[in-house]
Amino acid sequence: MSSGTLYDKVWDLHQVAELPGGSTQLFIGLHLIHEVTSPQAFAALKDLGLQVARPERTVATVDHIVPTTSQARPFADPLAEQMLATLEANCAEHGITLHGLGSGRQGIVHVIAPELGLTQPGMTVACGDSHTSTHGAFGAIAFGIGTSQVRDVLASQSLAMGKLRVRRIWVEGQLQSGVYAKDLVLHVIRVLGVKGGVGYAYEFAGPAIDALSMEERMTLCNMAIEGGARCGYVNPDQTTFDYLQGRPFAPAGDAWPRAVAWWRSLASGPEAVFDDEVRFDAGAIAPTVTWGITPGQGIGVDETVPTLEQTEPDERPLAQEAYRYMDLVPGAAIAGTPVDVCFIGSCTNGRLSDLQAAAQVAKGRRVAPGIKAFVVPGSEQVAAAAVAAGLDQVFTEAGFEWREPGCSMCLAMNPDRLEGRQISASSSNRNFKGRQGSANGRTLLMSPAMVAAAAVTGQVTDVRTLLP
Amino acid sequence: MTSAPFPTGPINAVSGTAIAVRGDDIDTDRIIPARFLKCVTFSELGPAAFADDRAELNGHHPFDQSAHRGARLLVVNRNFGCGSSREHAPQALMRWGIRAVIGESFAEIFFGNCLALGIPCLSVDHDTALAVQAAIEADPALELSADLETLELRGAQGPSWPLTLAAGPRQMLRSGQWDATGQLLANGAALTATAARLPYLQGFAAA
Ligand code: SF4
Repeated sequence: MSSGTLYDKVWDLHQVAELPGGSTQLFIGLHLIHEVTSPQAFAALKDLGLQVARPERTVATVDHIVPTTSQARPFADPLAEQMLATLEANCAEHGITLHGLGSGRQGIVHVIAPELGLTQPGMTVACGDSHTSTHGAFGAIAFGIGTSQVRDVLASQSLAMGKLRVRRIWVEGQLQSGVYAKDLVLHVIRVLGVKGGVGYAYEFAGPAIDALSMEERMTLCNMAIEGGARCGYVNPDQTTFDYLQGRPFAPAGDAWPRAVAWWRSLASGPEAVFDDEVRFDAGAIAPTVTWGITPGQGIGVDETVPTLEQTEPDERPLAQEAYRYMDLVPGAAIAGTPVDVCFIGSCTNGRLSDLQAAAQVAKGRRVAPGIKAFVVPGSEQVAAAAVAAGLDQVFTEAGFEWREPGCSMCLAMNPDRLEGRQISASSSNRNFKGRQGSANGRTLLMSPAMVAAAAVTGQVTDVRTLLP
Repeated sequence: MTSAPFPTGPINAVSGTAIAVRGDDIDTDRIIPARFLKCVTFSELGPAAFADDRAELNGHHPFDQSAHRGARLLVVNRNFGCGSSREHAPQALMRWGIRAVIGESFAEIFFGNCLALGIPCLSVDHDTALAVQAAIEADPALELSADLETLELRGAQGPSWPLTLAAGPRQMLRSGQWDATGQLLANGAALTATAARLPYLQGFAAA
């Protein structure tokens, strides 16, 4: 059993009680909500005659259903309008802060909480969304929950949880130029599998992780859940503190040095014991692209789609389903696969550094004929910073559409979606069947720079060939 | 859809006919596609379970076969319910009529979401999953009972298979305390004490 890890320390601090069923009651430091998974929770609260226990510890935004062309109210889609109106009413009734459209702070929930300084080391963070693992980048224990649990957190600021085991993912070396945190995490999931992390929290550590920026760490932890790990985290260090200092909800003044001292004390020490450890070499990782229907079905951009013989026997039925669905040929190179739609955005890769990496590729080039390419910033703050840096111009001059912030075609609950059997190059996190809004639409996951490379060439292309 | 009442109280066994959905890594986007998440109540989700998979199979999906209508046990393979945390997935299955899921393994969030609704997710080994699925497909009228006391899956006569369920969830289901809200609220003093020792809730005040 693990001991002395950040996970153990934060878990112990937040432990309220042992529950009769054998699970632990865990205090939740920060609760984030959005329009899709909260309305039924508020309704259940009302049915039970309960109040929100600590409204100041819950923060709301709207992201999944917002259109990215015009955000004028009421939305054209009456269901989307109803969902936002319901969120607004619930927040007003219960005294919960809502960072709404046009506030300057709206955006994808996993983008805004870090950039506002709400997410901090040592917190427990819960949200009715599986990519809550993103917040682990700060050394928080952050995990996705279902709507019944959203109700429980609203009612009690706590949850019934079972403790996870801790696996350290140790990454040596440095990522090569043109290889990003997205490639690293797609590679980890490729090796350990989409079920490999079930029952574990993933601690990402080692020289390659130390060298990552906060935004890169967020990309990494964001996809821990795609590897089956309900939470992933990075120990807080100077990079973390530098990112947080001065943000609206970060500690300030005399509190700042005390906060930093406490945060430092939480990191896994040399005496920490892990349940498991797996090692990777960052230098050996190539830009990675998925070819199938789970995020674990990934390959280097210089590789070929695995044949059935190259696939583990128990993975073969899934591989066959993926061949059928994706219509890619086993044994064929993934590079050169034509694409129809290119999407840059999402809570995985919708931050400023992601847009910068994509813009570096797009600059001075043109989107290939017949390709629809669009950029959706992760938040209003990201959008403002990108505009200030002239990135919107770089993209529009290259023929990309520049949109308003939201989840967009990551899950296509708004009007942005694939049509029919279209195939996308996407910087999002899930290539599940039907994920991007068409029941037979197809998704190739890759880094934002790789999406930009696909956009300007019209096909899957090794971005390293386009970089200076 | 189903007229069976939703789970309440202690759950010691789930009995009825069963339905098999084969395949590993069936994610919650497949169980309930995102467009059905545009709702502020769960009430209409039952008919939408597996909507896109069913459309793709053009009436040949098990959820479209009249012989399996009314099934209460769903038998699946590995890593069922992975992906999105949407509780809409177990809600859709529950509203379609499912009261227990039996499979090789489950994604954690899905497992917890089912538990919160009083729907046990019981594990079996690979060979058992295949054998049970084959038995159901051969005889859709086969009545099965998943017993949480003996941890067995039994047919009316003949076959019996061992089930696995961790002690915690098992006790929660059997005692009727699978809905955690009441337990969580009972510990008000301990909650206050926990909050009081968290530096970030005290503004990092000097010790
Ligand atoms: S961007 Fe995608 S994965 Fe992230 S919160 Fe939105 S829908 Fe979920």
